[in-house]
Amino acid sequence: MDAATLLSRFPATQDLAGKDMPTFRVAGADLLGAVRFLRDEQGFDLLADLCGAEWQDRPTRFGVVLHLLSTAGKEYVRLHVDAVADRVPSVASLHPGANWHEREAFDMFGIVFEGHPDPRRILMWDSYPYHPLRKDFPLAGLEVPLPAADVAEVTGQAVEPAPMMGGPFVSPGGKLSEGEPSALDQSWNEQHPKA
Amino acid sequence: MKITKEISLGDVAARSEELRGENMTLNMGPSHPATHGVLRLSLELDGDKVVKCDPVIGYLHRGDEKIAENMTYNQFVPYTDRLDYLAPLANNVAYAIAVEKLAGLKLPPRCEAIRVLCCEMARISSHLLGIGVYAMDTGAWTVFMYTFNEREKLYSLFEELTGARFTTSYTRIGGVTRDLPEGWLKKVDAFCDGVLKTIDEVDKLLTRNGIFLERTEGIAPISKEMALAYGLTGPNLRASGGTFDLRKDKPYSGYEQYEFDVPVGTKGDCFDRYLVRMEELRQSVRILRQVVKTMPGGAWYAEDAKKIFLPPKAKVMTKMEELIQNFMLVTEGPQIPAGEVYFEAENPKGALGFYVVSNGGGVPYRLRIRGPSFVSLSILPAIVPGNFLTDIASILGSLDFVMGECDR
Repeated sequence: MDAATLLSRFPATQDLAGKDMPTFRVAGADLLGAVRFLRDEQGFDLLADLCGAEWQDRPTRFGVVLHLLSTAGKEYVRLHVDAVADRVPSVASLHPGANWHEREAFDMFGIVFEGHPDPRRILMWDSYPYHPLRKDFPLAGLEVPLPAADVAEVTGQAVEPAPMMGGPFVSPGGKLSEGEPSALDQSWNEQHPKA
Repeated sequence: MKITKEISLGDVAARSEELRGENMTLNMGPSHPATHGVLRLSLELDGDKVVKCDPVIGYLHRGDEKIAENMTYNQFVPYTDRLDYLAPLANNVAYAIAVEKLAGLKLPPRCEAIRVLCCEMARISSHLLGIGVYAMDTGAWTVFMYTFNEREKLYSLFEELTGARFTTSYTRIGGVTRDLPEGWLKKVDAFCDGVLKTIDEVDKLLTRNGIFLERTEGIAPISKEMALAYGLTGPNLRASGGTFDLRKDKPYSGYEQYEFDVPVGTKGDCFDRYLVRMEELRQSVRILRQVVKTMPGGAWYAEDAKKIFLPPKAKVMTKMEELIQNFMLVTEGPQIPAGEVYFEAENPKGALGFYVVSNGGGVPYRLRIRGPSFVSLSILPAIVPGNFLTDIASILGSLDFVMGECDR
């Protein structure tokens, strides 16, 4: 792959010297141009993967990582993009396969893809209020309102409980119930047997 | 008195807009038998022709990526079983290689050969199921019985190797859980003989079958350009004429030593996707035979993996160092250097990718799973419209997806 042309054509691009494949950090404004250059002139014809991520060492909280594959050249290239103000241009116009990947990145991180043809959630339901892969979202999950009002009326339960609250490996948000022993439940042990 | 009015047939064609009925919205799934898992299709129909298809996924979403960020590298191995649960061994291998690349481990040849054996057996298991249920989707019951019979034998082999029939969790980062059992390779060889007979049998039952041909030939063709644009990989890409196969083009785990052909389709329709899988079965058997014949001796784990593996139980109970190491590995996890890696393995359903970001320490900072089934399903809105409602079962079966991997 021709790294020199990519760097000269898009001067804001940084070479990150990736260990497993050529890796670049591309500015959001250059993303479409860079992906088009890689697709049309360098033969990177397949978008292997596109995913969101939350970084701690970057000026922007979120970023997007693209992995492009050249089926003829048999090599990969990785592009990092910072999501300035949580926004990144959509590459779905160049690689239609990016459509679902971008929907997932929006669903999981709340990254907005500008120009996306169908900006909906994909794995969670449409009225879901959170973005669960953010680092501040607890592993145990959070209570959410039930999407179906008619179900709530019959069951008398207006919220969907957090899916893993009280389960193993999960630090409890509140006090665990008596009937639910768990590895993290310190309220009873050999010295103080459970009543 | 003249009451007849001449009506020409041309009038009817001109009135086609006014004769058009209302479109119907039909909900297929989430537990329709032809959707192979909890997939829901929201369809818009004009008569029985599909106008619009909107797949609704996420019913099987477990948050695997979130879970991975909260546990050590070793603890995540069983979760990979549940991605493509029809080929757990292949998922185990893909995950292990991704983390090994990050850790910079080099594996001994015996371990690599065992892994190739695992991957190809997983491929046979997955394709046998894929073809069996595909035949059932298109109205043939017998094939399913034949292929499941062979899968049963495979599961017995898996059980002997890993201790589990279904959720194998066989690989460890830097090796595998245990060496091959004695006499097991002979059984694999015997299985190869048997499965070839079954493949021939299935070939005779389906490939010239009139009903099967009518339900698959020319249905939902995907051009090579379209397959690449949507990121299809594996048999679905190759049925459309793409030749890319990670085992050939980016060999891992010693695949370059084995001779095999990569079947490629021409039209990319449902029938081609079936043919490619049939031929891949035969090629996998070919690889299996070579591995069995050339299985190298020596260690089945990397020397450096002793920092990642749990030490032997007997030593943990008697030796101080092993006890400390066991404690550190369980509480903090294996220490993996900081960095990022993306690795794709040629799984039965396509390329299964793991993007692992480590900040050092025993827990991944970010672990992204690229499921081939997720990508295969994303092409549905483009290929389903224009087909009849009854063709949907045929199209879904031919894409051979699994929801565990799609929803993660």
